[in-house]
Amino acid sequence: MDNSQKMSTLKKRLEEWQDQVSTMAERPVSFNTISGVPVKQLYSPLDVDKFDYEKDLGLPGSYPYTRGVQDNMYRGRYWTMRQFSGFGDAFDSNRRYRYLLEQGQTGLSVAFDLPTIMGYDSDHERSLGEVGRCGVAIDSLEDMETLFDQIPLDRVTTSMTINGPAAILWCMYLANAENHGVSLRQVGGTIQNDILKEYIAQKSWIFPPVPSMRLITDIFSFATDHVPKWNTISISGYHIREAGSTAVQELAFTLADGFAYIEAGIAAGLNVDTFAPRLSFFFNAHLDFFEEICKYRAARRIWSRHLKERYGAKDPRSLKLRFHTQTAGCSLTAQEPENNIVRTALEALSAVLGGTQSLHTNSMDEVLALPTEKAVTIALRTQQIIAHESGVANTIDPLAGSYYVEALTTQMEAEAEVYFDRIEQLGGVLKAIDCGFFQQEIADAAYLYQLAVERQERIIVGVNRFNSDEKPQIELLKIDPDVEFKQVEKLSKLRKKRDNNAVSSALSELKVTAATNENLIPKILAAVKCYTTEGEIVAALKEVFGVYKEKPLF
Amino acid sequence: MTSKKIRVLVAKPGLDGHDRGARVVARALRDAGMEVIYTGLHQTPEQVAETALQEDVDVVGLSILSGTHMTLVPKIKRLLVDNSMKDVLLVVGGIIPEEDAMVLINEGYADQVFTPGDALEKICSYITGHFT
Amino acid sequence: MKQLVEELLKGNRRAAARLITLVENEDRQKTELLQAIYPHTGNAYVVGITGAPGAGKSSLVDQLLQEIRAEGLSVGIIAVDPTSPFSGGAILGDRIRMQDHALDQEVFIRSMGTRGSLGGLSRSTREAIQVLDAFGKDLILVETVGVGQSEVDIVRTADTTIVLLTPASGDSVQTLKAGIMEIADLFVINKADLPGTERTVAEINMMLDMKNSASWRPAVIPTVSIRGEGIEELWTALKEHRLYLETSGQLAEVRLQRVRRELTEQVEYLVKNRVWAEVKDKFVLEELIEKIARREKDPYSSACELLDSINFFESKS
Repeated sequence: MDNSQKMSTLKKRLEEWQDQVSTMAERPVSFNTISGVPVKQLYSPLDVDKFDYEKDLGLPGSYPYTRGVQDNMYRGRYWTMRQFSGFGDAFDSNRRYRYLLEQGQTGLSVAFDLPTIMGYDSDHERSLGEVGRCGVAIDSLEDMETLFDQIPLDRVTTSMTINGPAAILWCMYLANAENHGVSLRQVGGTIQNDILKEYIAQKSWIFPPVPSMRLITDIFSFATDHVPKWNTISISGYHIREAGSTAVQELAFTLADGFAYIEAGIAAGLNVDTFAPRLSFFFNAHLDFFEEICKYRAARRIWSRHLKERYGAKDPRSLKLRFHTQTAGCSLTAQEPENNIVRTALEALSAVLGGTQSLHTNSMDEVLALPTEKAVTIALRTQQIIAHESGVANTIDPLAGSYYVEALTTQMEAEAEVYFDRIEQLGGVLKAIDCGFFQQEIADAAYLYQLAVERQERIIVGVNRFNSDEKPQIELLKIDPDVEFKQVEKLSKLRKKRDNNAVSSALSELKVTAATNENLIPKILAAVKCYTTEGEIVAALKEVFGVYKEKPLF
Repeated sequence: MTSKKIRVLVAKPGLDGHDRGARVVARALRDAGMEVIYTGLHQTPEQVAETALQEDVDVVGLSILSGTHMTLVPKIKRLLVDNSMKDVLLVVGGIIPEEDAMVLINEGYADQVFTPGDALEKICSYITGHFT
Repeated sequence: MKQLVEELLKGNRRAAARLITLVENEDRQKTELLQAIYPHTGNAYVVGITGAPGAGKSSLVDQLLQEIRAEGLSVGIIAVDPTSPFSGGAILGDRIRMQDHALDQEVFIRSMGTRGSLGGLSRSTREAIQVLDAFGKDLILVETVGVGQSEVDIVRTADTTIVLLTPASGDSVQTLKAGIMEIADLFVINKADLPGTERTVAEINMMLDMKNSASWRPAVIPTVSIRGEGIEELWTALKEHRLYLETSGQLAEVRLQRVRRELTEQVEYLVKNRVWAEVKDKFVLEELIEKIARREKDPYSSACELLDSINFFESKS
């Protein structure tokens, strides 16, 4: 029998089987993925009949990178275990970082408090009650020095979750490294710096889109010349998903943002191969196990195809989609929080099977407060157990060839392409943000999801099924309310002791440059070096750039 | 003749941008027949209280996920009282530990606190129940 | 109630808010209340802003507020959003764009749901304007739902009507209903940084040139409201239109017509309520309706019979 004969025989048998099975009762729940994609009872070679191994998968480390971006993946070394953390003042967080490094964590990931994220100093009236709450409070280079005290910046890489004021915090990090004798060519790390997803989902914006994009291309260009090991952007689907999107929306919107940054870099006169290799991604790991794995695989394939075919990238490094993963905060439940350990383990496993480059596992108590040291340790141990005990890292992309996984990967790629076309029709990402396209799609998905939970079409253990009335009995981390007071005091001392003439001339130079097309990074670097605060720099830039206001969409 | 509708202010005080909950709740309240006024993100307590006054709402719903509830809720309650709106129903939603929720309710700063996992139906019927 | 009105006249914001709620809820005291404030109205200048959803009405109002406040005028804003016909609920989100002005004591913003009205305003918008007028606001800006369906309400309500378009609607300028061309005292082409702006401006000017009937020729002003561009020009044009209305005597004429219409409507409203109340007392309407449906009777003579039965025609003579 030749292949087509085999296939038609199989087709016939499957149809008979289907007839038989369709008369059998099924459990009364939705068999869709968590994103609402219908899942068949059975996948077979018929679902992958157009599949071409060379074209669609290839080998790890080679085009189209579906199986992974490194040649030997986890056989060479594990993913970076990078727990996102930060709270209180720089001193508190520094202690937590050193603890995590001692426990075997291999990279740092800084969470800033909301005033820092929004570009306000700790003593600003809008910072009231927020200082050091959701992350560490950083106002000036002085705080950055404390934050990385006794941490070897030439060996440890640091990821900083900062967007609107990314350039400023990055400059503080660089200035601190230089002061410790580490050259800019040596320092490695990542800034999130993804402003598009702020307008779309995370809503921590400062400036309007156009000047924000200019700051980003300034960073691309400065890093290319001076900080070559730095990942200048971490294009984030995480927050899009947390805001309630489906997996396909997360995939499509994130990659669309990625293409927009590529286009912005090219429009700013940069050669795509000079900055594309430093772009990285950040995805969410939600609970639908296979859908998540397929999402990561599809993401790599789409990125490499577009970079090669649409943007003419030649350097293989430009074609590789490297990504960080965080397990889904929105999947955690306040009810029976210990169950979150299991959820997180499953999510982490999907990220590993999907070939992530680094991973944050959430702590069980994050739905209630910032994590305690015990909860963080369990979360880190979860990754270590997956790595060292489960055996899943022994072979590369172990689920490749599964009819279901390959069919779903291809389907997600196709659905993402449909979104790319729609975004294109709307005039690109910025225009689509302006008319509220993404925001509306996500709001609708979030509402539908919630309704499905309320109708019990989707079961959440301990919440809408198998629930007990017991109140959670776990210890929560308390943030010392004195942190705010101490931070404000420290800041007022700084404002007295620094060279205030240098500060004001740095600020006026900054404003002048902001109004031109000249790269702003050297000016920001000069300003942070004389201890100009983050809030002062942001306020100066607001004068030139203006501020963004959100769209009323529901 | 009267055609009263329950007017609810859904507000996001503080600096956190997590508005998924606020927006989902706003839609649910609308679908339950209420008029929902949404302030948008990043509101100061003063803005929230003044908006409640101008819009003459029956309910103020605060969504806070940044851990600042113990600072912001009492402040907003005090400003509402100053605006002669002490009777307005004040509900809070967000990441709020049980212990803090008890303090907010017992001290009279909030009438009710909802946390992740609470059903939309529960929130809607709590509000409508209060006005029937 | 009397106290509320007194407080309103003293400038109490809480009283203004309460009174708007009372008129909006069709409170039993509504008529009495409107009577009490009427002598204190007629001082505010009312500007209507209409245009398709997404054209940027709220951002424009936000920006315009800065110009108006810079001249020291006090402002009331009524922002109307649609009420869901299914649930009767609404999400009123227009003020999101205006929250920078929330703490300005001279600015009062009120969001209203249409609550079943189809004309672009809510049923009680005009009454809410009266409250803000008596409250002492110099200028009242009314932002319509912007359905683009029926804009009659706003013209009847506002002294100046601004129609907001975007270049994206450029293709459809030709197909815009003549109605919208008629009602505009000023055209604003918002989002004028988008391609197609010049063409849209030219097309509108061409259409205005063709109809050259009125003595006021609406200005066409490009703006980029998110950047504040063109707002100063808009404010100047708005003041020019007001000056034109005042000096030409048209403002007095328009307002006289408005009073005439309000009186007529009020009479019709009272008559209607009175007649129906009496008719419903005496008749089982459903029976009559069924008879008409079966063609045993006709609606024309039936109506006369109904009114006869309550001696309507006699009381008239």
